[in-house]
Amino acid sequence: MSRLVVRSETEIQATADSLHADLERRVVGAPPDLCPLDLASSYLKVCSSQTCGKCVPCRVGLPQLERLIDDLIDGKGNCETVKEIEKTAESISLSADCAIGYEAANMVLKGVKGFHDDYVAHAEGHQCKAEGFNAVPCVALCPAHVDIPGYIALVNAGRYADAVRLIRKDNPFPSVCAMVCEHPCEHKCRRRMVDDAINIRGLKLYAIDHSGHVPVYREGEKPAPATGKKVAIIGGGPSGISAAYYLGMMGHSVEIFEQRKHLGGMLRYGIPSYRLPREVLQEEIDTLLTSGDIKVHMEVSIGGKDHPLSELRKNFDAVYIAIGAHTDKSLRIEGEKAEGVMSAVTLLRRIGDEDFPDFTGKKVVVVGGGNVAMDCARSSLRLNAEKVTLAYRRRKDDMTALKEEVEATEVEGCEILELAAPLKVEVGEDGKAKALWVKQQMISNIKGGRPAPKDATAEPIRLEADIIVVAIGQGIDSHNFEESGVAVKWGCIQALESEEVLPAEEMKGVFSGGDCVSGPATVIRAIAAGKVAAANIDEYLGFNHPVELPVEIPEPIPHNRPACGRVKMRERPIDERVHDFKLVEKGMTEEEMKQESNRCLRCDYYGFGKFREGREVKW
Amino acid sequence: MVKAKINGKEIQVPEGTTILEAAKLNHITIPHLCYLKEVNEIGACRVCVVEIAGLDRLVSSCNTVVQEGMEILTNSPKARQARKVNVELILSQHHARCVECVRSGNCELQKVANDLNVKDFPYHEDIPEFDWDKSFPLIRNDSKCIKCMRCVQVCDNIQCMHVWDIAKTGRRTTVDVRGGKDIRDVNCTVCGQCITHCPVGALTARDDTQKVLDALADPDKIVIASVAPAVRTSWGEKLGLTHEEANQNRLVSALREIGFDYVFDTDFSADLTIMEEGSEFIDRLTKGELKEYPMFTSCCPGWVRFIKMEFPELVPQLSSAKSPQQMFGAIIKSWYAQILGVPADKIYNVSFMPCTAKKYECDVSCMDSSGARDIDVVLTVRELDRLIKSEGIDVKALDEAEFDMPLGVASGAGHIFGTTGGVMEAALRTAYNLVTGKNPDPDAFRDVRDYNGVWKETKFEINGIELKIAVAHGLGNIRKLCEAIRDKKVHYDFVECMACPTGCAGGGGQPICEGEELGQSRGSILLNLDKSMKLRFSHENPSIVQCYKEYLGKPLGEKSHHLLHTDQSKWEL
Repeated sequence: MSRLVVRSETEIQATADSLHADLERRVVGAPPDLCPLDLASSYLKVCSSQTCGKCVPCRVGLPQLERLIDDLIDGKGNCETVKEIEKTAESISLSADCAIGYEAANMVLKGVKGFHDDYVAHAEGHQCKAEGFNAVPCVALCPAHVDIPGYIALVNAGRYADAVRLIRKDNPFPSVCAMVCEHPCEHKCRRRMVDDAINIRGLKLYAIDHSGHVPVYREGEKPAPATGKKVAIIGGGPSGISAAYYLGMMGHSVEIFEQRKHLGGMLRYGIPSYRLPREVLQEEIDTLLTSGDIKVHMEVSIGGKDHPLSELRKNFDAVYIAIGAHTDKSLRIEGEKAEGVMSAVTLLRRIGDEDFPDFTGKKVVVVGGGNVAMDCARSSLRLNAEKVTLAYRRRKDDMTALKEEVEATEVEGCEILELAAPLKVEVGEDGKAKALWVKQQMISNIKGGRPAPKDATAEPIRLEADIIVVAIGQGIDSHNFEESGVAVKWGCIQALESEEVLPAEEMKGVFSGGDCVSGPATVIRAIAAGKVAAANIDEYLGFNHPVELPVEIPEPIPHNRPACGRVKMRERPIDERVHDFKLVEKGMTEEEMKQESNRCLRCDYYGFGKFREGREVKW
Repeated sequence: MVKAKINGKEIQVPEGTTILEAAKLNHITIPHLCYLKEVNEIGACRVCVVEIAGLDRLVSSCNTVVQEGMEILTNSPKARQARKVNVELILSQHHARCVECVRSGNCELQKVANDLNVKDFPYHEDIPEFDWDKSFPLIRNDSKCIKCMRCVQVCDNIQCMHVWDIAKTGRRTTVDVRGGKDIRDVNCTVCGQCITHCPVGALTARDDTQKVLDALADPDKIVIASVAPAVRTSWGEKLGLTHEEANQNRLVSALREIGFDYVFDTDFSADLTIMEEGSEFIDRLTKGELKEYPMFTSCCPGWVRFIKMEFPELVPQLSSAKSPQQMFGAIIKSWYAQILGVPADKIYNVSFMPCTAKKYECDVSCMDSSGARDIDVVLTVRELDRLIKSEGIDVKALDEAEFDMPLGVASGAGHIFGTTGGVMEAALRTAYNLVTGKNPDPDAFRDVRDYNGVWKETKFEINGIELKIAVAHGLGNIRKLCEAIRDKKVHYDFVECMACPTGCAGGGGQPICEGEELGQSRGSILLNLDKSMKLRFSHENPSIVQCYKEYLGKPLGEKSHHLLHTDQSKWEL
């Protein structure tokens, strides 16, 4: 026997590691809305397989917890069982010797707290509160519930225009979403259980790149007969236009009131054209406005003295408030008023109106870590800035921006300074910004699921800056509506899930949705809000116009599905793209599209989908 | 057409044909369990899996379409093994005490397990409890359920009542009454379509045969059998008889053999129903009561339960006439008791029905207008067959016999009650006579018959009065019709509704013939019976004439009103 050995990886270890990786993907890809108790029970089984067996709380306690939870699931428990679970878990958490034990117990405690209603439902009614199995994870997680397997099948079959029609059934903006959607649909894609999520957005991009112009109506189709009802929509962004699109189809007369020079809202004034070309946006909007009797009033601001909400409510049968979140948030630091300090909203709005500032020779510092901050940084590079730095309070990993956005920002030449909180703006005698001083941070405890930064003792850093762009979030211009009697909380308009604004009785017929209700969120959530509003306004007006499946979906042909990598999107070369605002991303090739669409597991057909909830044929 | 190979044999099938159907067309059997053509093609049991050359994994043949050039192996080692394991897995959750199961010998699981030579049993048994209110006419035994989802699909998509649903989650997933409720607390019409589409013994009708045997054993009881129209079309199906052998007269013999004192024909009281309902229709029509909503037939208790639960506002439009079953019971326990000179409670009425909802109807509390229960017990055709078998009767050897008199005569109009459109056609034949005093051509109203479409709409003219008629069968179709009527999108004068698809011929109390929908062919037996008869009008049935002359007086008269009519709004659910 040698005194020491260098252990090489055994086959057993390699297999175990590979299985762990499989399980990890499987947990991430778990279908949404599972029974939380069943999850807790099965996680406990995994946890107790990890116990070393030395200590009582972990060795004995975890299996006992599993049994108690199983009793509840099997309808053999009661409220005492829930208390017993809490007490046992608490004791394990307090007394286990190592993390294998106490972290397992903490997971149970977290579940008992977070899924309290489910525990009570199992204890009292012996019923599972879980709403049922979501057959198709991508559809369930898309806020607008777009028929994703359906359009992937259509793309695979080369029926691109039909794919566009199918998407429009639930989301009027296939082109926009093909370019900028945050694709929550991919998050729990079942394909993750095999290898990796399908590149859903990429396949949508392929559809719109190859469909040609797809008018709203095919030959012989037209909107529903005119209902004689008038709907006012405040705000011509994704939410307002989506609502207008469906309401127009339903035969209602729609008038959109838009404050700015162009329609599009944040799609135009928030997203730079290298991600979403103006022509694509404009063409999509122009098409959507042909869905019915839709009029547009530009540069009209509703809610103030000139056009109060009450007047609009009087002249229309229903009103939809979709004003978005377009106001600045300030840093509240010294020197913020200096020339050269601007908000992200201001910068992107100017670009949206095609009034491009010239940053030639300038040093730019962008503050923030969200997608908007990335947009500002990348736009600044394109405005010919000499140097662009992005300062963020936390670490890169903690940024709320999409990973690929952060990556692109970095490779395009922007330096990212982590753990740097703005301290003050150094202002020159000419009143112009000279530098941003940042206080160094260190990462600290996790609060609310995110690691929080705290002040480090290190000295502040000076970042030379002619331009400082503040991209730390947007607010909502809601006070005029608040004065009209619409309930507002933390600046957000208060609305029910049906999007009727509160207080619902006094405000009958007034609906609201999108960023102005949720706070700044994603394009697809704003679109979904528009769809929901259209359905509920239609209902409120006394109608039930269904929006129906417009095309037949090809049934899948069985084929082998070996594990296979996910096709990534290509991009234009960096040194070429940073000098213009033209689209960065390049679509898949045909062979890539074929491979990627064949990776789709067709959850609409296989598994639960064939029995139930595989396809929503109308809403 | 698509060309492919199954087990090396070249086949050619129409495009869109599934592998399972393609195999069947070519005399190749692929074992299956959950599959029910066009109703349940969800590939849940994975028993019908087959191998396709070039594919690593097996596919379910019930819902995979044959592609050009496909090479299918139905019995490859992979397919054979997986299929058998899946059957064994299903058996691990199935209470396989076949001897005490009414579906023994007619059970798909038993058949497939036997066919696949399942002998050794490698798995732990994990059998759910049988927990159900056994007094309800419809019984679900969870310990037998194989979660094929057929009941859910039939109730969701054909009957559109959504009584059954998936319950629990994950590995505990099972089928239960929607929302975990008691069956009495949901809108179950007791149509029994879930029973006739269940592949195993998980769904059954309450067995009441012992009650009949007890009555037969009681020397103080006069036990009377009555046979519904559609029973004569199907009673021999599971007794190894041809349709010709299993005619109504041999059934009469069999019932006498069992020991019934009298064997009568419910079709007689179908004629009686026509007299009352036809008269009521003309009466309500001429009084202008049908301008807004039509009069509805009322002989199907599944339909009566449906309208009470789903369209209570339309209940007053039901004909007040009792169903033939209940009229029969009431007339036996009044007029016939008088003929026999016995008190009504000495008589025990056994009604043989193709129906499960009739078990509910006979127990409705107000069904006792003679002073005794109209009908004492209802047996389905399946129970009738069990009775015949348990008595050891060799039916083929029996001579044919006639029904007893006077309640053993029926017209062709009475016979066709058992198929969709029959009640309407029968009623119109007599209504025509009531209005004009003359008989129409007996086939004048055959246009109301229809097995396709949501509902059948027809118009007839009688004496210058235009009648708008609708006929619907299957509760999914009926719901659509009722919505249209309620919302005044359509207007009819008279509407026939039968809860089961094709009417009683496809009733929930009929024999269970896996994979076959026999309603239409059974119905045509009744239509042919009618066609072959000289007596085709209810009002010409001599026993009906005698009954009114000797006892009832006239249709809608005082006695009729008391004995033969009811107020369905008072029926408890």
